[in-house]
Amino acid sequence: MTRPALETRDLSMVYGTGDTAVRALDAVDFQASAGEILALMGPSGSGKTTLLMLLGCLLHPTAGAVWVEGQPLAGLSNHALAQLRLRRMGFIFQSYNLFPALTAAENIQVALELKGRDLGEATELLDRVGLAGRLRNYPRQLSGGEKQRVAIARALAGDPPILLADEPTAALDSVTGRTVVKLLADLAHAQGRAVVVVTHDPRVGELADRVVRIEDGRLRP
Amino acid sequence: MGDYAPNIARFSDLRSFAFICGPIVLNKMKRGRSHWGAGMAGLLAWRNLAHDRSRFVVTLVGIIFAVVLIAMQIGLFLGFSDSTTTIIRHTNADFWIVAKGSQNFEVTLPINERELYLARSVPGVAQAEALLVQFTLWKKPDGGNESVIVLGSNLNTGLAGPWHIVEGQLEDLRRPDAVMIDRVFLDKLGVSTVGTRVEINGRRAIVVGFTQGIRSFTTSPWVFASYRNAQYLSGFAEDATNYVIGRLHPDADPARVRDALAQILPRTDVYLSEQFATRTRDYWMFTTGAGASVLISAVLGLLVGVVIVAQVLYATTVDHLPEFGTLSAMGAPRAFIYKVILGQAVISATLGGLPGIAVSMIIAKGSESTAAAILVPPWLVAPLYGITLAMCILASVASIRKAMSIDPAMVFQR
Repeated sequence: MTRPALETRDLSMVYGTGDTAVRALDAVDFQASAGEILALMGPSGSGKTTLLMLLGCLLHPTAGAVWVEGQPLAGLSNHALAQLRLRRMGFIFQSYNLFPALTAAENIQVALELKGRDLGEATELLDRVGLAGRLRNYPRQLSGGEKQRVAIARALAGDPPILLADEPTAALDSVTGRTVVKLLADLAHAQGRAVVVVTHDPRVGELADRVVRIEDGRLRP
Repeated sequence: MGDYAPNIARFSDLRSFAFICGPIVLNKMKRGRSHWGAGMAGLLAWRNLAHDRSRFVVTLVGIIFAVVLIAMQIGLFLGFSDSTTTIIRHTNADFWIVAKGSQNFEVTLPINERELYLARSVPGVAQAEALLVQFTLWKKPDGGNESVIVLGSNLNTGLAGPWHIVEGQLEDLRRPDAVMIDRVFLDKLGVSTVGTRVEINGRRAIVVGFTQGIRSFTTSPWVFASYRNAQYLSGFAEDATNYVIGRLHPDADPARVRDALAQILPRTDVYLSEQFATRTRDYWMFTTGAGASVLISAVLGLLVGVVIVAQVLYATTVDHLPEFGTLSAMGAPRAFIYKVILGQAVISATLGGLPGIAVSMIIAKGSESTAAAILVPPWLVAPLYGITLAMCILASVASIRKAMSIDPAMVFQR
């Protein structure tokens, strides 16, 4: 039986201590498989970004466990977690998080170099997201949709099997947002990646294979 | 694979970056392959700095200022140090005989001229002669007095005397009452042309020539004269002098001859030239505290430089904190972030340090015509660059700590 790309069991996360403690996640059991795009939806403060950060090895849970491609994260050092992120995951952020001083191609080359890949792959990656003509453009010279596609191309550097996206369409108009979501869906379906998208956007839900709703730190059926 | 040659190989990017990071990195980038080390980290460092040109210019001006400050303090120290021994180093003497207990060249007690004849009798001594060095008063033509040091030497042997004569001839010093002074002190001594008549120690003298660049650590100008003229002008007793200097036979053992001289001249101290120069320099630079104060100023200059550079590098890092957070979230090794920040320090040190050193050398050149020499010799360029580099790297420590303190989860919370 194939193991899920991402899996959590009884996952809980509490921020702070004592009277100021806030329970962001409460005993969450979650799975995401290769080849599917999964939308994680819920109101603001429901815990969806916290779940994404835990899946992305960026936080240590208060309780419960996370597995990435079958490997338990418990006990891994920060260095090992960073290596796991670098080799197996790609991140897409709401505000793109591109390096403003670098061109589109160079933004991708940073990721390629970190992953020990050929810098020339930047051309192909930008071509794959339909930006072959924007290699030498700086982020300030790109539209919001183009920036997000550059961010997706950067996330694809090194061919990671898992993509984690945080509100990737929040800053985009409806047409551009739809294009980006279709691109993410294609990356899941055609290339067999596990794509987890945190979103408020119902269009994402429409195109996702599965929608997981979260409220007050708990998954809802 | 696409045909896109990595953008970092473009000339506009490389013109400064390649200059800094050298051909190895350049070749790596041109090939489009590189480990995660130098290439993209170096490019990111360069672009982070150059992206905001106004700030970068301010950064470079700050570093130039710091480097000039440090170079000036070191240059002053070297200038002072040099001027304490300038006369000793420009004599052709192998040994110096001075009154017992003399601490430095300028201030000594008289010794009897008899010591000169005794010195000449010591085996290994090829030549010995008296040298007179005496503080006295110079009356300016338009009134007012200045303290000067009269230096009288034997003009026939060339063991000591003025050098860098730019107006007049050495032979002119044979004329009665003739003296030479340095151009640096013309204003101070109220002299504008050769032929000016002055009064030294109440006796008439005439300026017959000028030297160039012979400074005095004590700020009292040197007045060069023949030995007999100096004796007359300073009122020194005829049977006294204050130095006996000389040369050794080529095959003589300097240490043995020195010991022999010391034995036969018990009322004096005998030094080889380098020993006497060191003794004089150490006295003025360290015993009096003058050198220490200049050294402290140099250290303070360094600290000010570190603070300036730290401030600007820190501000640059803070501006780019989200990017460091993004790198951390992506899983970039700490070394990559170190390299970006240290790369910024190296680039800043190079682009700010080299112009700063050039400005310092220009200022030092300009100081040649002043009484306070600032020496920035070519050999100082590498140490100054090293200091600048160390200063910038030290200054980047705070930036590294800041960048490393970022929680990579922050990138999801923006």
